[in-house]
Amino acid sequence: MSQKAIELILMRQLASSLAMPIFLVDPSGNLLFYNEPAEQLLGSRYDETGEMSMREWSTLFAPIGEDGSAVPSEALPLSVALHKHRAAHLAFWIKGLDGVSKKIGATAFPLQGQGARLLGAVGIFWEQP
Amino acid sequence: MRVALWGTRGSLAAPGPETIRYGGNTSCVEVRGEGNALLVLDAGTGIQRLGATVRGGRGRIDLLLTHLHMDHIQGLGFFEPLYEPSREIHIWGPPSPTLDLRTRLARYLSPPLFPIRLRDLPCHLTLHNVPPERFEVGGFEVEAELVCHPGSTVGYRISEGNRSVAYLPDHEPALGVRAFPARPEWTSGFDLAAGVDLLIHDAQYTTEEYEDRIGWGHSAMRDALAFATLVGARRFVSFHHDPTHDDVMLDRIDAVARAAADLSFALIAGMEGATFEV
Repeated sequence: MSQKAIELILMRQLASSLAMPIFLVDPSGNLLFYNEPAEQLLGSRYDETGEMSMREWSTLFAPIGEDGSAVPSEALPLSVALHKHRAAHLAFWIKGLDGVSKKIGATAFPLQGQGARLLGAVGIFWEQP
Repeated sequence: MRVALWGTRGSLAAPGPETIRYGGNTSCVEVRGEGNALLVLDAGTGIQRLGATVRGGRGRIDLLLTHLHMDHIQGLGFFEPLYEPSREIHIWGPPSPTLDLRTRLARYLSPPLFPIRLRDLPCHLTLHNVPPERFEVGGFEVEAELVCHPGSTVGYRISEGNRSVAYLPDHEPALGVRAFPARPEWTSGFDLAAGVDLLIHDAQYTTEEYEDRIGWGHSAMRDALAFATLVGARRFVSFHHDPTHDDVMLDRIDAVARAAADLSFALIAGMEGATFEV
């Protein structure tokens, strides 16, 4: 496996040091990393889930909108950040891998490197009361 | 390939009787290929003496800058080939999202910081942003990748045939990593240095010094050795010595490193004037 771009490495290192839950995905939406606070929110350790495709993770946590309907993957903030190259925010419900439903707010933004290279996106989550 | 160290000091030139063996000049490395093509890595103060050895020659010179901190460009205006009208010189540097390389270098090579403007140099000068893909220069294959150091900074891997040298003079791959080294794919500089015959790498600090300088962009010798082990380098040259470290201190750092672990590579203390066949 080849080395990730330095911007992704630095983002992972920053995420590892922060106390808020953070997701890191590549340009295809593949989950590259989530930090320990995200592990608590999602109910699963990153070392157990590992990298996974967008199709996998976007359905694994069963996102449900506030109206009770499933949130399509293309409406998730990380997907918007990747495909529309802009920041996005959404509040929705997830069922963690521990089986517990939680309402979260998610904000995502694209990671754009030099030479207009899209390197991936970052998602930040807050558990909402 | 032949590799010569013209400046091994980091941050600030440190000439004096107490640094006579390791040298006081800042980063500059000469790489010569089979066809005598000349690559110069960085333009620290060491480039002045290198320039004197190629005075009056006619060959093309390619100067590869890792970044534009002063200790890596301070010697540029004193590189004699830049003043030779018939000389073809190419300067390669890291890209910036906002300013081209000429504009950034001209901030230094212009009054009031320097009396001669970049545009007034008489040589045939071409400036390039290093491309994201491999490129060829004078028979060498060159790879440049952004590495962990403040500002836009690249490291280089230079190959000729099946021989390779990696040059990462300013590099802090351990930054933010809880248990360094991390896995290869999450380690800054890994692809550049994987399996190289000669790794020239930042080893500016002792472990104790590093604790107060985290995030400054440099490595403790301990982490540099861990990086060299991870990438599987055959020879490791310590580089970018701290300007406050005299020869005695650098000998001590080297001795501690040799005693601390059973190294899988040859550890070489980077001294100004050292040469290597690769």
